[in-house]
Amino acid sequence: MLIIKNLKASIENNEILNGIDLEVNAGEVHAIMGPNGSGKSTLASVLAGREEFEVTDGTIVFEGKDLMEMEPEERAKEGIFMAFQYPVEIPGVSTTNFLKTALNQIREYRGLQPLDAVSFLTHLREKMKLVEMDQSLLSRALNEGFSGGEKKRNEIFQMAVLEPKLSILDETDSGLDIDALKIVANGVNQLRSKDKAVIVVTHYQRLLNFIIPDFVHVLYQGKIVKSGTRELALELEEKGYDWIKEEYKSTLV
Amino acid sequence: MKENDNILEEITQSEYKYGWTSNFEMDSAPKGLNEDIIRFISARKEEPEWLLEWRLKAFRHWLKMNEPKWPNVKYPKIDFQDIIYYAAPKQKVKPKSLDEVDPELLETFEKLGISLQEQQRLTGVAVDAVMDSIAVATTFKEKLGELGVIFSSFSEAVQVHPELVKKYLGSVVPMNDNYYAALNSAVFSDGSFCYIPKGVRCPMELSTYFRINAANTGQFERTLIVAEDNAYVSYLEGCTAPMRDENQLHAAVVEIYAADNAEVKYSTVQNWYPGDKSGKGGIYNFVTKRGLCAGHHSKISWTQVETGSAITWKYPSCILKGDHSIGEFYSVAVTNNYQQADTGTKMIHIGKNTKSRIVSKGISAGKSQNSYRGLVKVMKRAENSRNFSQCDSLLMSDTCGAHTFPYIEVSNKSAHVEHEATTSKIGEDQLFYCNQRGIDTETAVALIVNGYAKEVLSKLPMEFAVEAQKLLAITLEGSVG
Repeated sequence: MLIIKNLKASIENNEILNGIDLEVNAGEVHAIMGPNGSGKSTLASVLAGREEFEVTDGTIVFEGKDLMEMEPEERAKEGIFMAFQYPVEIPGVSTTNFLKTALNQIREYRGLQPLDAVSFLTHLREKMKLVEMDQSLLSRALNEGFSGGEKKRNEIFQMAVLEPKLSILDETDSGLDIDALKIVANGVNQLRSKDKAVIVVTHYQRLLNFIIPDFVHVLYQGKIVKSGTRELALELEEKGYDWIKEEYKSTLV
Repeated sequence: MKENDNILEEITQSEYKYGWTSNFEMDSAPKGLNEDIIRFISARKEEPEWLLEWRLKAFRHWLKMNEPKWPNVKYPKIDFQDIIYYAAPKQKVKPKSLDEVDPELLETFEKLGISLQEQQRLTGVAVDAVMDSIAVATTFKEKLGELGVIFSSFSEAVQVHPELVKKYLGSVVPMNDNYYAALNSAVFSDGSFCYIPKGVRCPMELSTYFRINAANTGQFERTLIVAEDNAYVSYLEGCTAPMRDENQLHAAVVEIYAADNAEVKYSTVQNWYPGDKSGKGGIYNFVTKRGLCAGHHSKISWTQVETGSAITWKYPSCILKGDHSIGEFYSVAVTNNYQQADTGTKMIHIGKNTKSRIVSKGISAGKSQNSYRGLVKVMKRAENSRNFSQCDSLLMSDTCGAHTFPYIEVSNKSAHVEHEATTSKIGEDQLFYCNQRGIDTETAVALIVNGYAKEVLSKLPMEFAVEAQKLLAITLEGSVG
């Protein structure tokens, strides 16, 4: 589904991604872990198409198409979704209206008829249950005055509504208490399927107790320095990141 | 009357130095402004003597006045002798069908969601069959007539209800109020007159009616709305459809009078030609709008969506004279390219326990300049008066300007006056967030801007709120990105 080769990206001439290779297939859940400043969130942003990052080398192919040629909204329409680390507030625009606009633009791109009000609301209600979204949040302005937990839950709710092929969760666990974390994880798990993939970007292994990954990659200094399975995450929890750093340094010598 | 007209025409013909010629005699006056021109206008409209005198008096005031220089707008000096002050509605060659109409205009209609039938009306397509709208209008007129509601063109009101016009004309905006109000009083072309008798709640938005009947009222429009005790009316002027006009200067006057317990809700959507992308052309819109809450517990509410005109100079105001009266002003003003807007309101608290509320949302894009100018004045006698003002500015580019000039004058210690103001730039983060959800930038801008202006748009009559939302989007097309 997603093939990243030798991806290098920089911001204001500082190289942050330094040759990433990653392949994600349908049905898989990949966790990207790493210490602060290793480039995890940059990778997520580059995949989503944030402009301030300049891709200096490498290729990203999504479902056989060159992602680099696509605007952020095209990537979204092709089926890439990013749950933001810091969801944005849009005053005066209700979550319902926002999602209706988004969903219908995506449907139009795919040659589908827009959903009428009734089918759209039915669709919303069904997805609300997944993340235990409170109905009252839907009519409020998007993320405005939402608590940290509500915002993150709203991200997963949006993911459920828009039904992307590839979901990228950018530190969705940060700032969540354990109950909220469980709800978010539960939502993601219910959306897992054999034709969908998830990339979970996280600093802590905690979330991975609830969203069990198929693969774990450790990012350090803009490179994937170690890949493994869930056991790797557990090892990181136990030992921290220092041994990874040491191991990486020794390969450089 | 007819004879008088002829005599007047003879006099004007003989005296006017450019000379009258028989071919313009029927449809327009020559360029320039003097007392003879005013006599000519009045005569052509078969006005009573008192109205001619009123016009002349206004003209004499105007001669002694100076153009206001304080608005935050720049434009070349206007040559008032280079304007034609009277032109009868022209019999243009009507297009036979919409196929003959400028496709660009039709595209805009399409985007606004204006019905085919209305498109035909707006573009002046000749329709042979009895149009539904005419039938509807007739039904409206009958219904309004039963209730004693008068709603007609200003000229018709002068003929049919001279006593009402005489009583209220200039009672809210005196003929010498300001430079452009004086000019309008001297030369006003036509406009609307609306009278709601005691205890009548006008059963329909007069917008519905107005949209069907709106005729070409010329560049010096005059509107007078009177609501007697316990009366209510919701009135909408203007149109979301783009309005082109060969006259560059528009100076309208709107007066609203509200008696005891009366309520008038006045909404307007202004979309005059703003000039091209390089700032060439466009309408100068210098308007005086004022409401007088004369009676106790009366209420006047202004809602405006301003997207057009090269220059806008407009301050719909409320004089809160009656005790417990309420004034409201809700405004969205959008400027793009080289447009300049200096708009706001005045709330004058005279009566006790009077309340006012101001919500102004400015949106500036391109190289435009957008100013809010507002006055809240609490007079000595206005015990326990309250005002709340919220003035927000949204910037769409680095090259535009947003300015706020709030004036507050309080002469009574028991008054509560609150003013809040914010300035923000449309966020890259907000746009990216929308993009990431599959929403293209243009739609995202529309979504964000409409969210920002929601509090004002929600005050518009339903059918216009939808059109106004689309209008904001169209006005700002291509302003980000």
